[in-house]
This record gives sequence, structure tokens and C-alpha cells, in this order.
Amino acid sequence: MKENRYRAFLIKYAEIGLKGKNRCFFEDCLVRQIRNNLRGLGEYQVTKEQGRVFVECPEDFDYEDTAAALQTVFGVASFSPVVIIDTTEWEALCRAVGNYVEEFFPEKNFTFKVECKRGNKEYFMTSPEICAEIGSYLLKRFPELRVDVHHPDRYLTVEVRNRAYVYSEVVPGPGGMPVGSNGRAMLLLSGGIDSPVAGYMISKRGVYLDAVYFHAPPYTSERAKQKVVDLARIISAYTGPIRLHVVNFTEIQMYIYETCPHEELTIIMRRYMMRIAETIAKESDCLALVTGESIGQVASQTMQSLQATNAVCTLPVFRPLIGFDKQEIVEISEKIRTYETSILPYEDCCTIFVAKHPVTKPVVRIIEKSEKLLAEKIDEMVRTALETREKIEVSFYEE
Amino acid sequence: MEVYLDNAATTRAAEPVVQLMEKVLREDYGNPSSRHQKGVEAERYVCQAKKTIAKALKCLESEIVLTSGGTESNNMALIGMAEANKRAGKHIISSCIEHASVYQPLLFLEEQGYEVTFLPVDKNGLVRPETLRAALRPDTILVSIMMVNNEIGAVEPIEELAKVVHETNPRTLFHVDAIQGFGKLPIYPKRIGVDAMSVSGHKLFGPKGSGFLFVRERVKIRPYLFGGGQQKGMRSGTENVPAIAGLERAVALYLAEAEERREKLYALKEAFVSKVSKLPGAQVFGIFSEENGTPLAERLRRTAPHIVSVGFRGVRSEVLLHALEEKGVYVSSGSACSSNHPAISGTLSGIGVPAEYLDATLRFSFSHENTPEQIDYVISCLSELLPVLGRFRRG
Repeated sequence: MKENRYRAFLIKYAEIGLKGKNRCFFEDCLVRQIRNNLRGLGEYQVTKEQGRVFVECPEDFDYEDTAAALQTVFGVASFSPVVIIDTTEWEALCRAVGNYVEEFFPEKNFTFKVECKRGNKEYFMTSPEICAEIGSYLLKRFPELRVDVHHPDRYLTVEVRNRAYVYSEVVPGPGGMPVGSNGRAMLLLSGGIDSPVAGYMISKRGVYLDAVYFHAPPYTSERAKQKVVDLARIISAYTGPIRLHVVNFTEIQMYIYETCPHEELTIIMRRYMMRIAETIAKESDCLALVTGESIGQVASQTMQSLQATNAVCTLPVFRPLIGFDKQEIVEISEKIRTYETSILPYEDCCTIFVAKHPVTKPVVRIIEKSEKLLAEKIDEMVRTALETREKIEVSFYEE
Repeated sequence: MEVYLDNAATTRAAEPVVQLMEKVLREDYGNPSSRHQKGVEAERYVCQAKKTIAKALKCLESEIVLTSGGTESNNMALIGMAEANKRAGKHIISSCIEHASVYQPLLFLEEQGYEVTFLPVDKNGLVRPETLRAALRPDTILVSIMMVNNEIGAVEPIEELAKVVHETNPRTLFHVDAIQGFGKLPIYPKRIGVDAMSVSGHKLFGPKGSGFLFVRERVKIRPYLFGGGQQKGMRSGTENVPAIAGLERAVALYLAEAEERREKLYALKEAFVSKVSKLPGAQVFGIFSEENGTPLAERLRRTAPHIVSVGFRGVRSEVLLHALEEKGVYVSSGSACSSNHPAISGTLSGIGVPAEYLDATLRFSFSHENTPEQIDYVISCLSELLPVLGRFRRG
């Protein structure tokens, strides 16, 4: 296969480059995540070098699989398949770049521009000089080539460091910050479209995720639960392993249903979900909760409802989709491949007990009054739900 | 206690079926088309299957095409007969309560320029012969009606319908989807003027991926799997010999005891129906309830012996299904549905089931392996669950 001639990838990272003295920490996180995602694919050498990370591939590596794995590492701004030139000795370097063009572009009638990054500042030529000289070397060796510095068909980038690298393709990565560089958060994961996307977005900022799912058998089925496990697994390709807490919510839900006004059901239910999620979050050293809410999407996501559910939390609640339209969320879920799973038609616990006309502008004071009706049993029920929860370790790159 | 009451969905393969299939997979693994001894051995299973099935149907061995099951048989019959006869006309008649493996191919044919009439049924799910007669036209090339409805167990008057078809238009072909009916009730398609009939193996304690289509001789049908020309070119592809051997065993075993099993099933059904109807909010569909002068047992004889459809007012079927599952009882919801997009059952709305039941109906389907004790257990589970689950209503 043509791509296998590359044998290495050069990875650029975006924001990490702006860091100061602790840049090293972020780079180490990135290297670790890249290693982690490539682990199942073979023996790769991952090293950092002056603002770049290099991935050297084993002999029998699969280009597509490797590229796909790099696409899931947050912090990767872009990656390029590169040819490594083991020397920086000038004439050998020119020859090697020439060989690269010879080998990779059999059709020579294109326009090009040489770009240069000189990591090794000791090198005897400056970057513009290197560009000009390599350009003229190539023109001599391949007379049908033409230079176009404004709109070239191909860029040939040469990076001169301890070794030299040449590449001509830049594949955008997912961006963001490497997971593990920014603490841990607890995602409230339903089976819907939004919450996996919310988890993805927070994780993209370098945050490890745990997740909690509220299961209400027999009102929600085993398949609904399996769907949530599957969703967690899909996003764990990006986020790294997720510990999924499955909380049996049936008793609490039924008790609320029987005790409180039906139109307040969803709000009260969600307040208990937040309370339970926060308890688990604190036990798991999570510094925030994450939900997939977006203002006004449904009755429980009006400003008033958000305020009412937010009021029970002491941890910050991150809602990365808060200003997104449904279509925008759907587009991301398609991109991260959760969409197909999210739309499987299994009932989740939020839709089963929903009232015909739920309150859309709940008043915290009134909701609290309704919750007082639950005083007799609810604490015990919450305790039981917490104690009996199931913990599932979900990991995309297991094996 | 574990009680499997979803035998209309599938059955557990009978032990001799499993054993024979294992032997075929391990030892008699040849390709029936091979010229050597291994091929000859394998071909014997295929011949034997056709022989057994032909005997059961009282038809010729050459009239049997072995398939991968009910869906393939239905597709082959409908698309194949429509395509082979389109010069005679492009009108097809079916009913509004057919299985998806019949109506989806028909919708496909509609897209190809055929015209399909879906006949209504009465409140017990029956297609009236006079309704069919009125719908037949000179350009009607094909009529397809199921033998037994998979959701409510209605038994269509196939013999009468076949007569109507052939009296009105001798050139019109008549296909019967007998996937739920074959074995449970006697049927000899060739004797009653059926031109094609679909059967599935796994509903009869045979393996999944097995089944056959009966096609009466001289009926034109266009194949749609092309290749090595197996089965006289009707269905190319190496025969699934293990499944075919299993199918043969299953058909032979079932038919050997068909009558005893039928009697046993009717007894189970009667016990279940009489008890379940007494539960609050429960209503059994398609059992001629309006003829309340006729004894229940007699009315049930006009329905399939193994399928019962029960609506439970105010209890969502999926919830009840999972609650029963927790008690070891396995059933189907009467209609595949989800909260957001209720794909309401064609059959249930077709027989005029009130809206409040559409989302609240379960299908119980028995086999001869079920016992009266199991029925009592299921009834006791239901009487325990219904009051609890009935408290929670949507809206």
C-alpha cells in the first residue's frame, strides 16, 4: 500500500503550544493519550520533540487504522504522514527530498512551494534559504515541475531538526486538550442524542469522564441500558475509559409519581437525579457535573427549570450544549458516531412518566414544598439507590 | 419458573434436529453440487427434505424450493410471481393485516409500478370472501393472504378465498403466507387451489435460516438469486444443508404429532383465555366475543391454537413485558412501538382495537411444551403485576 511508505506521523498540537512553564505536563498527557489509543494496533514509538510529537509506526502498520486512532486523540490539531530523513547533511537532504518527490508523485506536472521549519537554529542556512535552495534543486532534477508560491498544487514541507522530515499532507485532528490534563467530571448519560455529545465536548477540553445512568426497570428495558453502555463505549474512544454508574431509579420515580403533583414530576425527578449524580461525583473525585441540556429544548430545559434543577447542586454543572440548536447537536453526534445508537427506539426513564402538561416555569419554593411530601421515605430510597448501583467499566480500546 | 410464551416469534430447536445438524456440520459437510461421494451424501439430505415436505403438503417434490425462511419465501413468491406475470396485468390484492415480509415486498412492487389493493378485515381479523370478489379485476395477477395472523391468531378462510379467486379470474395466482399456520392447522395447498405457500422452519422447532416455498407446477415465477443454478435455477447458492436437514427433521417430527399437539394447544389456550379475561381491564382480541351465545371452546376452534392477543387497559405493553420477564415469563408486545414513534400495529388497528389498547397489548403464544401449571403461573404473575403497573399512566 502506498501510504505504508511513510512509516511515521508528525503531530501538531494547538493550544498546548501557548502554555508556559507547564507545557511539558500537557505534552506528556498528549503523548500518553496517543500511546493509549495506538496500543491495540501494534508497537509504535511516540516521542515529543520541540513542539511536535512524532509517531513512528511498526513495519506492518495499517495507515487507515492509525489515522483513525489519531483522529480520536484530543489535543491533536493536525497530523501529517512524514518521511524521516536521517541526516541533515545538506546534499543528502536535498537528494532525499528529491527522492521523496520522485517516489510519491509519479506525475510531475504540478506546481509546488517548499516550506521550511528550522527547529535546529544552529543549522547553517535560514529557513528562507533552505526553501529557495531545495526549490531550485527540485526544478533542476524534475524539469516539468513549476513553482507557484501563491497557489501551489502541493506544499512540500521540510522540517530540519536533529533529523529532517518531509511531508505534503496535513490532516486536521479533533483539536482540544489532551484528556487527563484537566481533572474529572461526572456526565449524566441518558440514551438520547445530547448527553453523549455533551460528554464529548467536555472531554475535548482535557477532562476525564465518569458517567451515571438512571435505569428504571421494568419501565426501561435491558436494551435501553445496553444502549447507554454502547454510547459510553463510543465516546470512550475519545475520552478514555469511562466508569459508568447504573442507578436503579424505579422506586424513587414511583414514589415521586405517587406523592407529588404530576406536572412537577419531571422537575422533581431531575432534581433527585442531580443529587444522586453529585453524591457519586464527589465520591469519585469529580469536580463538576455535565449534562446535555440546551435552553428551551423541552419543558425541563427552560431557564426556570434549569434553575430549579441547578439549585440542588453545589458542584458546578457544565452544559456545553446550552446554546446549541438540535440540528447542530445532531451534526456533532453524527461526526462522533453516536447518532445511530442514540436514535434506537428504547424508552428512557425521563419519557415514561412524563405528564401531559408539565410545568415549564417551576418556582423553586413550590417545588421544595412538594418535595417535603417525600420526606418520610426518600432519603432511605436515595441511599439504597446509591448502594445498589452497578458499576461498569467501559473502554473502547480494551483487549 | 421460566415460561416461554413467545413461540410465534421462534421456538427452541427440537433435540433430534440439533443432533442431526451437528452430525451434518461435522461429518456430512459436502457440497450437494460436488460430484464425489461427499457431495452425494449431502445431496441426500436435500432430497429427503423435499420428499418429507412434499408428503406433508401432498404435492410433488419438484414443487418445493428450499429457502432461508419465511421472509425469503414471501419475497420470492411475491416479487417472483409478479415479475413473471406482469404482462397479464399489474394489479395485486392483499390484506391490511399481513406480516411485514409480505407488505414490504408489496410496497416495493408498488414503487415498481404495480398497483396493490389492501383489503380490510372484520373485527375478528377475517378477510370476507365477498370483499375479495369485489376487489378482483381482469388485470389482477396475484392475491396474497396469510393463513394465520401472527398477532391475533385469526385463521383466514383460505379455501373459500382460493375458490373466489379462481372462479372470478382463473389466471390470477393465489399465494398464502402459512408461516404461522403450517403444522398448527392442516393445509394441503395443491388440493385447495393455492399456487404458492411460504413456510418457515424455526416456528416449528426447526433451525433459524430454514424454510421453503411451495410453488405449484406450471406456475411461472422469476428467480431473483442468480448463480450456480442450484434448485433448478430457482434459487442459486449452495444449499444450507445443515439447516435443510434440520428442517426435514422438524417437519417430520411436528407432523407426526400434529393432532395431539393441536388438541393440547387448544386446551392451553382455552384455560388461558378464560382466566385472563377475568383480570381487570383485560380484553382478548379476535375470539368472536360478540357471539357470546356460543361457548368459548367452540369459538376458539375458529382461531389458531397457539396465539392469544390480550389488551390490558392502562398498562403499557413494553412495561408489562419487562415486568413479566423479571418473573421468567417471555412474551411479545402486540405491536412494536416506542413512546416517541408508535408504529401502531397494522393488525390491531385493522380489527378496530380501541386506541387505548394499541399500545397496551401483549401476544402470548404457546407450544406443546407449555403446561397448565405454567399458564396458572402466568395468570398469577399478571394478577400481581397489573394493579401495580396500572397505577402509572401516561398523561
